[in-house]
Order: sequence, then structure tokens, then C-alpha cells
Amino acid sequence: MAAASSASPAAILKDAGLFALVAFGLCVPIVSHRTDLGADGLELTPRWGLVAGLCAAIFAVRLVQRLVLERRAARAVLTPSPHQATEPVGAEPNAAQYPSSLGLPRLGLPLFVGFALFLPLIAALASGGLSPARYWIDLGILILTYVMLGWGLNIVVGLAGLLDLGYVAFYAVGAYSYALLSTVFGLSFWVCLPLAGLFAGLWGVMLGFPVLRLRGDYLAIVTLAFGEIIRLVLINWTDVTGGSAGISSIPRATFFGVPFKAGPDGFSALVGLPFDPMHRIVFLYYLILALALLTSLVTLRLRRLPLGRAWEALREDEIACRSLGIDTTKTKLTAFALGAMFGGFAGSFFAVRQGFVSPESFNFLESAIILAIVVLGGMGSQLGVAVAAVAMVGGPELLRNLGFLKAVFGEGFDPNEFRLLLFGLAMVAMMIWRPRGLISDRMPTVALGQRKAIGKDLVREGHG
Amino acid sequence: MNAPLLSLRGVSAYYGSVAALRGVDLDVNEGEIVTLIGANGAGKSTLMMTVFGAPRARSGTIAFAGEDITARPTHAIARLGLAQSPEGRRVFPRMSVQENLQMGAALHGGRYFGQDLEKVCTLFPRLKERLNQRAGTMSGGEQQMLAIGRALMSRPRLLMLDEPSLGLAPLVVKQIFSAISALNREEGMTIFLVEQNAYHALKLAHRGSVLVNGRITLSGPARALLDDPSIKAAYLEGGHAPTASVGEGVQA
Amino acid sequence: MATRRPDDPDAVLTVDHLTMRFGGLTAVDDLSFKARRGDITALIGPNGAGKTTVFNCITGFYRPSEGMLTLRHTDGATHLLERLPNHAVNRRARVARTFQNIRLFSGMTVLENLMVAQHAPLMRASGYTLLGLLGLPGYRRAEAAAVAKATAWLERIDLLRRADDPAGDLPYGDQRRLEIARAMCTGPELLCLDEPAAGLNPRESADLARLLRHIRDEHATSVLLIEHDMAVVMEISDHVVVLDYGKKIADGPPREIREDPKVIAAYLGVEDEEVAQVDAEVGLTIPVAEEARP
Repeated sequence: MAAASSASPAAILKDAGLFALVAFGLCVPIVSHRTDLGADGLELTPRWGLVAGLCAAIFAVRLVQRLVLERRAARAVLTPSPHQATEPVGAEPNAAQYPSSLGLPRLGLPLFVGFALFLPLIAALASGGLSPARYWIDLGILILTYVMLGWGLNIVVGLAGLLDLGYVAFYAVGAYSYALLSTVFGLSFWVCLPLAGLFAGLWGVMLGFPVLRLRGDYLAIVTLAFGEIIRLVLINWTDVTGGSAGISSIPRATFFGVPFKAGPDGFSALVGLPFDPMHRIVFLYYLILALALLTSLVTLRLRRLPLGRAWEALREDEIACRSLGIDTTKTKLTAFALGAMFGGFAGSFFAVRQGFVSPESFNFLESAIILAIVVLGGMGSQLGVAVAAVAMVGGPELLRNLGFLKAVFGEGFDPNEFRLLLFGLAMVAMMIWRPRGLISDRMPTVALGQRKAIGKDLVREGHG
Repeated sequence: MNAPLLSLRGVSAYYGSVAALRGVDLDVNEGEIVTLIGANGAGKSTLMMTVFGAPRARSGTIAFAGEDITARPTHAIARLGLAQSPEGRRVFPRMSVQENLQMGAALHGGRYFGQDLEKVCTLFPRLKERLNQRAGTMSGGEQQMLAIGRALMSRPRLLMLDEPSLGLAPLVVKQIFSAISALNREEGMTIFLVEQNAYHALKLAHRGSVLVNGRITLSGPARALLDDPSIKAAYLEGGHAPTASVGEGVQA
Repeated sequence: MATRRPDDPDAVLTVDHLTMRFGGLTAVDDLSFKARRGDITALIGPNGAGKTTVFNCITGFYRPSEGMLTLRHTDGATHLLERLPNHAVNRRARVARTFQNIRLFSGMTVLENLMVAQHAPLMRASGYTLLGLLGLPGYRRAEAAAVAKATAWLERIDLLRRADDPAGDLPYGDQRRLEIARAMCTGPELLCLDEPAAGLNPRESADLARLLRHIRDEHATSVLLIEHDMAVVMEISDHVVVLDYGKKIADGPPREIREDPKVIAAYLGVEDEEVAQVDAEVGLTIPVAEEARP
């Protein structure tokens, strides 16, 4: 791989030409003719101009890519990472450690939290009132939900190194737990929240027991299947879950028992403010912020406890862990259960916010997005996951505001339709530029002197 | 035999920002055994890998049989007739011993497979017993034998061995060193040997070089190095207890 | 081979008729030996003789096909190793091990590696995480004690100044010593070392020998090691067991073993006329080393 020989310009041209040719081949059946419903059956409208344009574009993109990659590869070949060293060479000037770069991760999380704390205020001031700010606060809630899910999954994937493709199942368990407990037994949100976490955690253990002896790809496949099983059960167990219709009119969140409504016993009367439906939204915002911060705090704390250290050791080398007397099955189970528990919390928040749950909200794409947030953020990094969640969830929202593109692509153009395309492109770009995520360094959990970040090259990703 | 078979001139290589080799000059003449000694982490393995283009030399030139191979991809370098048994064995764990050896012979399309297999099996009878076993299930020492055998299967012009004695029983170490010597004497094979066991390596080699912190500090005939007091102090003397104190653990 | 009594108070480890089969292959065949308390016992033999397999049976990575492995603590408690799950061999029976191809947690710091090794006591001190989450002083004291223990070991293996560096960055010889220190941090009764001197130069081997003697003498830990470096074996071991094709071919003090014709034929490989040369190679009288010695 490292042996990318410097190709001649002719070879690069030839390569780009080949790409264009393949594109042409693909275009002929797919693009070259448009079928319209004409007066007498289908009519074919040739679009050779478009085909030529596409091929030219692909030729150009490949050309640029080769030229850029060529130089990058040449540079990379001359400076392989220290990890590729077959022996720790001249280890004295520590190549994989750089305390100077600590600033960002150390300041980043407080900055993020600080901004998140004041977001409703900022949004209200910027858009002149609470109600106009609703869009921003709703977006904030959505992003924070994913931040929390990302942080929860981060325990499983980032710290313990277990690839879980069915995380959304625990999110679903949490959501349905609250939905059912509140509609059937009339339990309040504050009672249901811990219960939902508990149930999801239990499901985590139940799934974990048979599954955790699997490794790598096999574990991923089984967790993927688990996610689908939960969704299918939710769809088909109509008596309890309401099938694909889902469960509606779930009780709304109350301010610790005080409902958000107009009138003498409502929240606004209690605090002496004029009634505003936005109070509930702002409350929900702070609720999810608190839940997310709880997840983060617990994770940060756990990393410094023997359990968290054992998770990371497990990710580094499972066999060594066993030789040191660590019960790897139990350790994996705790990671699974805790991750699932936070997923359950997030799920019950989702249910209380929406007032409605249906299996549709818990499809594989959700799992994939949460996992992508963790991977893009950098496994194990709190700040990275937060930033990735903002980008992955907030980014598509930006697309709504790209109306000016209509001037370029015509009236029928809806940027939103390209969400997944951009999502995929962003993923590919990340894999090229930062294959280990935005923040891939690892901070030691204990130190005699100064804590120095450990470069990604030494940190392993786990085998499953 | 005028130009050296392998020659390095001012070769530097880096891992990240760490210099692993700093301006190394080294020649291996046809028909010679040359050994490279040095402490762990001095860059011995890196030097061997740099010849194979991974990591690529950032400066300097590497020439093999008169051709500049500094910028060639690794597989092309191997095709010129360089073979190595790398550090860490790197056998194909899910392939059988025989398949591993076939991979080594692939360079010649398996033309000499039969007779070379015979030769490797004579050198390592242990491998003969295990031809159909998966390489990954063999013991560490057996894998080491396989790695050397695989390198031999390609009939190299230059054989590069990285610590061939690592993890091997004394009897096998003796066999390997005598085999190296025989390959060199009888077939004229040129051998580049990286060894932790400086005493053995220097006894076997014609010439030796000492690598310290990525620099060659000393080169010369192996005999002379063996008698060099600074070498003795640094690489040969290990403070082994005299026979009398065996098991008593007297001196600290 | 006489049947051994598993309740021999002198033996820290008693291996009784151990057999390990993989499919049709018998890797270890009816092996019996004892490792005495306070001894350094060496397990030697040709490559593929089944030494690492024996280790894997003792440390619970393999379940033996037949046989008994008895570990006896200083306080007299006995553990049947073949019945314990993998991790319990370390936690309950107090057997620690190192690996032929070093298995450090390379992305964790040197200090963290030693902290992971103290998982069990720290776990207890943290009230199985619940109390630790609250940050109670009890746990903080336990953690400080664990750091102190790790620091002491780092001082012993001369790696204190690299405590906060990632373990994967250490030179090879340091990694070997760190792995031994990590195993020792679990407080073992028996320490199993798989080729600890492989790839070390003579000077590092000498350091290693010193470290092992220190472990034996100061820590009441018995040592069982696999090693090919006969200089190290002869210098530090009190007792040597020789395996060939999974069977024991010799068992005794190192000096006897060195002269045992069966061992010479299968392992050391010398004819009589070469004895002087082999003595040199085996490291007993390295001529140059001798000259250089003050």
C-alpha cells in the first residue's frame, strides 16, 4: 500500500480516462435517455449533452484526486507514522505524544457545555423572543439527543471496543418503556426515567450474555440482528405496542409534577410568569442537556475507575486482561449494560418529547447515524462525539437553508433530497483525512507527572 | 565483483518526526555475510525494512545490483532477488506450512518448489513434520523456522535475516548459523544478518557494522570487531555469572 | 515417573499427568513435575515441544485433556487450576504470566498498565464502581496505594521516568521488564514467564536475571520460566525440567541437566569433542566476556 510509486502524468491521464469511460458505460443505460409519457406510450428524449457533462466531470475529479493523492501518498510514504515502526526507534523524543495539543480537548468540552447552557437565551435574543426561537431550541434538543446517544454508545464502542450495530434497540426499549408505563400504569416521567434505563440495561445484559463471546464481525452482525428483532417485535406485537401505528398521547413532561399549562396549577402560575408554551420546550432542552451531561460525567468518572480502565484495557488486549485476573465477560457486560442504560434514558426522553412513539423511529439508519457519530468523533473522545453530533445532525438542517441553490439547479431542486448523498460524501472524506475520527488521541486516566495525550497510532480500536 | 551488491549511501528514514536512520552508509558485497549489531531500538530492523521501501528513505540512495531501488515499491524490490525473514515472523497464520513455503516460491512460479522444499526440510526437519499444519498454530520457534524457510524458497540473491535465532532452541540456533554459513560457502549466497546475539553473528560474518541511534558508528572485519574493547563492553559482555555461582544468585 | 502427592507442602505447583491434545496432535503427553516454593524453575526443550502449551494449561488459557494442576499457596490453600475459569487462575489462584510476544496495553501509559493489573483490589475498594463513582475517600486512598505500588515497581525496573509515556513507545527490553512488573502487580504466588530473555542483548539479560532473583528472594513469588537462552537458565534457575515432544525427558538441577546426554541430543546438541565450544556458546565461559571482566 505504502508503495505508491510516483506515476507519470501520462499514467494519471490514462487512469482518469478509464474512469470517464466507465462512467460513460454506466451513463448509457441510466442517464442517456429520459423516458417521458408521450401521446403514444413512452417517449425517449436523448440527453447526450448531460452524459458528456457527467463524464467530463468525473474525468476532472479523478484527475484532481490523483494529483492530490499522489502528492499526499508520496509525503506519507516518506513519513510513516511511528506506529508503523517495526521497533520503537529512538523513543526518546516522543513521537506519539504531544502535550502542546492538549488545549483544544481540554477547553473544548467546557466551551461546548457553556454554549449549550446558554443556547436558549442566545436563540431567544437573536430571534427576538422565545416563540421565534423555537426552531433553534428544537434543533438543540435534537442534537443533544444524539450527543447523548453518541456518548452512551461511546462507552461500548469507544471505550470497550465492542462494535454494536443495534444500539437503537435500547433507545427503542427506553422509549416504549416510558410510553407503556405512563399510558397503561399512569406512572410519571420521573418514575419512568430510571425504570426505562433499567429495562434497557437489562436488555443489554440479556443480549450481552450469549453474544459477547463473539468477536469482531460476528458481534457486529448479531447486534445488528438484535436491533432488527426489537423493531420487528414492536411492529408485530400489536396487542401491547400498537404495531406500526405506535403509541400516541403519551403524557407530556411535567416540571417535577407541575404540568406546563395555563391556569392556576400550571408551571407558569407557579413561577409567576405569563403562560408560554415555549416553557415546556425550554424545559425539555435543559432536561436533555442534563441527561447528556450526566452521561458524559459518568463516563469521564468511570474512565478513572478500575472498571473504565478495564474497558480500555479490554479494547487494547483481551488476552492480557484475562491473564491479569479481569473477568472479561463481566467487564464487557457492564459496558453493554451501561451503554444500553443511557440509550434507555435517551429513549424515554424521546417518548416524552414526541408524545408519540412508533417502530419507524427505530430503524437501522438511526443505529448507523449514532455509530457514525461515535466513529467520526473519534472513539472514546467526549468532545469529538459532541462535535460530530452537531455536524451530523445539525449539518442536514443547514441544507434547508440553502434555497439559493435553486437558482443554480432550477426550481425543482430540493437540497434535502441530497442529505444521504452528502452524508456519504462526508464519511468518505473523513475516512481519507481523519480515519480515526476528529479527536483520536487518548488521554491517560492517571499520571505521576503531566498528563500527555497518547497518539492514535498506539491506541487500538478493539477487535469487535 | 567490483560494485557492491547492496549499497546504502546517506540513507535517512523517519517515523513521524523521529529519525530512525541518520545518514547510513553500508555496503554488502556479493558472496559476503555482513552483520549489523546494535542495541534494541537502535534502528537495525528499520534499516532492513528501509531497504525494502517501508519506510521509504527520506534522503540518500539505496542500490541493489547496480539498480537504484530507493523509490521502488516493495514488491518490485522483492522481485529483484531480495528476500527477508522479517522481525516478528509474519507467517501467514491461516495457511498451512506448505502453503507458506509456496508463497515464498511464488516468485519463480514454483519451478524449483520440489527441490527447494527438500532443502528447507533438511534444514528444519521440524517443518517437514508439520507441512500440513496451519502456521498460526505452531509454536513461536517453529514459526521462526518457517519465516526463514519461506525467505529461502525465493532463491534470493541477497538474504536478509532479522534475528533468526530469536526464540529458538540452542540446537536449532546452531543449525541455523551453520546453515547460514553453508549457504554462503557452498552456494555463494550473500547474507545480511541482524542479530541480538552479537557474539554468534560476528563469529559467522565476514564484516560487521555497529548501529547506534540510527548511525553507523563502527564498521570493519568481523574478527576485528569481536576483539574491539568498546564492542566487547557494549554488546558482548553481559555479566553472566561464572559457572561456580550458578543457582546461588550471589552477585547483584 | 513416580506418582506425586499433590499435597506436597514444598511444591507451589504440582503438575500431575498433564495431557493436552489438539485433534490428533498430542502437544503434551502425560507430563508430571513440581515447581518448588521459592525456586526459579525453568522449562526448556526444543521448539514445538509443548512448553507454551503447558503454560497455557497452567494459566487457564487451555483446559487440559487430562491431568491435574495443583497450586498451593503459602497459607496452605490449594487450588485445582484445571477447574478454574481463565481469569480466576490469576485472581484466586494467584498465578500471573507474561507472553512470548509481549502483550502490553500499548495505547495506555506505563503507569496505567500497572494500574490495570491491580484491577481486583481496586474494584473492591471502589465498591464495584458504585462507591467510586461518588468519589468517596476510601477509594481515593486505595488508588493512591495502587499508584505507590506501581511506582515502587517502576523504580525497581528503572522505568519511573517513563511512567506517563505510552507503553507501546518503550524499547523492546523495557517492554519485557514492564510486562513482568505488570504481572507482579497482581501479587502472584507463581509467576510464569514465557521466554523473558528472547531478543534481549547480554546486558539486558543480566538485568533480567537480577530482576528475577529479586522477585524470588524478596517477594515470596516462585518463578516458572520458559527460556532458550541457556546462559540465563543456567545462571538463575534452581531446577530445570526438559520437554521433548510433549514428554519430560529430564528433571533436575541445572548442572545435571547440562550434562544429561538426552538433553544434549535433543536440545543443546553437542558432540563430546565440541564441549568446550558449546560451553562458550551456552554462555558459561564466554571467552570475550571473561576477558573483559575486571
